[in-house]
Amino acid sequence: MTTEVTGAGSERSPHPGPSGQAPDQRSRGGRRGDAEQVRRTRELSTGFIVSRIAVLGIVAALLIYALPPLIQTEAWTALGVVGVVTALVAYLYLTPRHIPAKYLVPGTIFLFAFAIVPIVLTFVTAFTNFGDGHRGTKDEAIRAIETSSVTQVPGSPEYYLTIAERDGELVFLLVDPDTKAVQAGTADGLSPVDGAEVSLTGKVLSAGGYTVIPTAQAAERDAEIAAFSVPTAGGAVKATGLSRAFEGKADKSYDAACDCVTSPSGGRWVADEVEGYFVDAEGKHLDQGWKVDVGFANFTKALTDPTISGHFLNVLIWNFVFALSAVATTFALGMIVALALHSPRVRGTKFYRIILILPYAMPGFAMLLIWRDMFNTDFGLISKLFGVHDWLGTPTTARLGLIVINLWMGFPYMFLVITGALQAVPRELTDAARIDGASAWAGFRRVTLPLVLVALTPLLISSFGFNFNNFNNIKLVTNGGPYAIDNSTVGATDLLISYTYRVAGFDSGVADFGFAAAISVFIFAIVATVSTVAFWRSRAQEEVYS
Amino acid sequence: MIKWLREVGWRYAVVLAVCAFALFPVLFVVSAAINPLGTLGSTGLIPQGASLSNFHDLLTGDHPFTKWFLNSVVIALISAFAGLLISVAAAYAFSRMRFRGRRVGLLSILLIQMFPQFLAIVAIFIVFTEVTELYPAFGFNKPWGLLILYLGGALGVNTYLMKGYLDTVPKEIDESATMDGASHVQTFFRIILPLVGPVLAVTAMLSFIGTINEFLIANVFLRDTEAKTLAVGMYGMLTDKRDANFGMFAAATLLTAIPTVSLFLWLQRYIVSGLTAGAVKG
Repeated sequence: MTTEVTGAGSERSPHPGPSGQAPDQRSRGGRRGDAEQVRRTRELSTGFIVSRIAVLGIVAALLIYALPPLIQTEAWTALGVVGVVTALVAYLYLTPRHIPAKYLVPGTIFLFAFAIVPIVLTFVTAFTNFGDGHRGTKDEAIRAIETSSVTQVPGSPEYYLTIAERDGELVFLLVDPDTKAVQAGTADGLSPVDGAEVSLTGKVLSAGGYTVIPTAQAAERDAEIAAFSVPTAGGAVKATGLSRAFEGKADKSYDAACDCVTSPSGGRWVADEVEGYFVDAEGKHLDQGWKVDVGFANFTKALTDPTISGHFLNVLIWNFVFALSAVATTFALGMIVALALHSPRVRGTKFYRIILILPYAMPGFAMLLIWRDMFNTDFGLISKLFGVHDWLGTPTTARLGLIVINLWMGFPYMFLVITGALQAVPRELTDAARIDGASAWAGFRRVTLPLVLVALTPLLISSFGFNFNNFNNIKLVTNGGPYAIDNSTVGATDLLISYTYRVAGFDSGVADFGFAAAISVFIFAIVATVSTVAFWRSRAQEEVYS
Repeated sequence: MIKWLREVGWRYAVVLAVCAFALFPVLFVVSAAINPLGTLGSTGLIPQGASLSNFHDLLTGDHPFTKWFLNSVVIALISAFAGLLISVAAAYAFSRMRFRGRRVGLLSILLIQMFPQFLAIVAIFIVFTEVTELYPAFGFNKPWGLLILYLGGALGVNTYLMKGYLDTVPKEIDESATMDGASHVQTFFRIILPLVGPVLAVTAMLSFIGTINEFLIANVFLRDTEAKTLAVGMYGMLTDKRDANFGMFAAATLLTAIPTVSLFLWLQRYIVSGLTAGAVKG
């Protein structure tokens, strides 16, 4: 009995259609007699041609949409990737071979672009100091230092300024007071403008290719205009108000000979390639730095920095307790209800099912905030029912509360998937067990439960992974609290992810993406290890992968 | 009577107890939503009065609630449908075909989906800053960008769920289809998909609910008030004025539950119906 469908096997297939075909065309082929089928393989069927044309059409449309912006920005690598991927996809759906790939490729492309690439980027970022103050390259940092130090010195040129826009980007239209020559200043530099219409006061009324912004609207973009600067040879053009601009001299300038930034007043900041900063003799650095590789510094910081590693163990233990009890409680309750309803003698199962699914159908983020208010000490429902108590302010009740909330939100999902799995258990097996004299409990324990577990092991493991990082539950309900009086960095209900995100500065606003990425890598390693071990140990493994 | 209690009665007891647990927070929301005072302190499990003032305030107030609602439903519907097609196709390949890299592929999917997308939010932000420059239609503040990003997670746990169910569909069924001359495409669309209807329904619903609830990535993506989804918009509503807006928030919560609950009702018969009972025997 052959169960394998392979590339070679498909050659024998009388109608090697691709997946892009419309169903009715396929079915027409399927209803024809065998003799006609054989004959038709020698010709080209309508479905075959239509589907191939569809493939080529989609490919062409994609290329027409995707290529021009890449060519315009000269992104040759991206262009190459898009070209190769499109060519491979076109080949895949034009050839009758490689059948498994036809079914796997759509998901794989999305998985690669929006899951794998971000993960790889995260790993790469973990080895850098990317974050506030270290955002770009060294050249960008130098330019930022120079332009931010621009000041107006006596004798520097002045211009009449008109604020304009081109392709959504801010543009300074500058009129020289003496020559009336018009220039356009963008973030890239100055360029001459021909044929502009200039009023007597020096305002540009119109200029080809630019949209002049009326003063009232320009005033609303005050901050943006003040921060804007046009780089020039000796410094930069900056606005003073909305109608005047000056070309100032940069106070600080970069000197490639000494790889340092100097200022006329004698300041001297030498580039430190390890820290990614310009540092002066006293060790003080300029605000703008650049991104450098820091090796394993982010990882060692997480393990050895006393403010971070001090409570690491406690958080880790609670993290495991939370994730494991989240899976265990939701699975147990889901199983109990699913079993209770899994009987033809129970009336109104539809009605009960609707009520049971409600916690899952309600918007989760909103219900978390509502649960938080139900646990409110003074006004909350829980206090009204069970007596006033600082429920979320006491570590034990806060943890229990989180598990209860998670149980409420999570059990309907388990109930659903277990119900599905129970329905898939062949009735012959349970019937056979009962006929053989097994008690209801033994039948469940020895027949139903193993079969359900086989189907659900991957879901249980991924549920563990999800709850291990259940950021929303912690963040929205307790925000990691309650906190000890002497310690405001780690709370009693912090998971690794909420704890480290706070320490890494996501709450307080100073972003340290490199460190945050390193923590993500740690969490990933823990979850991956636990899951892998669980899979190896699971008896279901052979069944799942067979 | 005792026999009835032992065989059926306990089932009702269990189900009723769990139903009560499932219902009371929902009752609280309903009570808050129709509470005319609209504050947290005045809300109990039993409503003090009934009025639609919270709903009225919500729909006529400063927040473009209907716009958020539409955004959410459109994004969730499309991503549920597209994600379903993608993952059931992959599950079909993993369940029915044997090819090189199958085991590695299964394991990699499992491993990758352990890494929640929001852990990589910094990297996603960097990637989409570039995308916004090149293809504004798929960038920030656009539903399409968020949508293709969500599809990156389609080949994950759902594929496992469906592969598990496909494995329980007897192979004899599609073998006989192949014998009758069906191609792999015909087998997939005309034999397999109808047979796994129930699990498709369950998966589509879970995906729909998950997308409606997704908050973290959407919050980074959608900054324009008009472009926001329900989760992002409503979160902002409550951080503004917590106590005063509570009734309005509860009303919005109820309205948000409408699409998910009605989807469940609509898909009810697929979820309940058995998977392959009797398919081979018949």
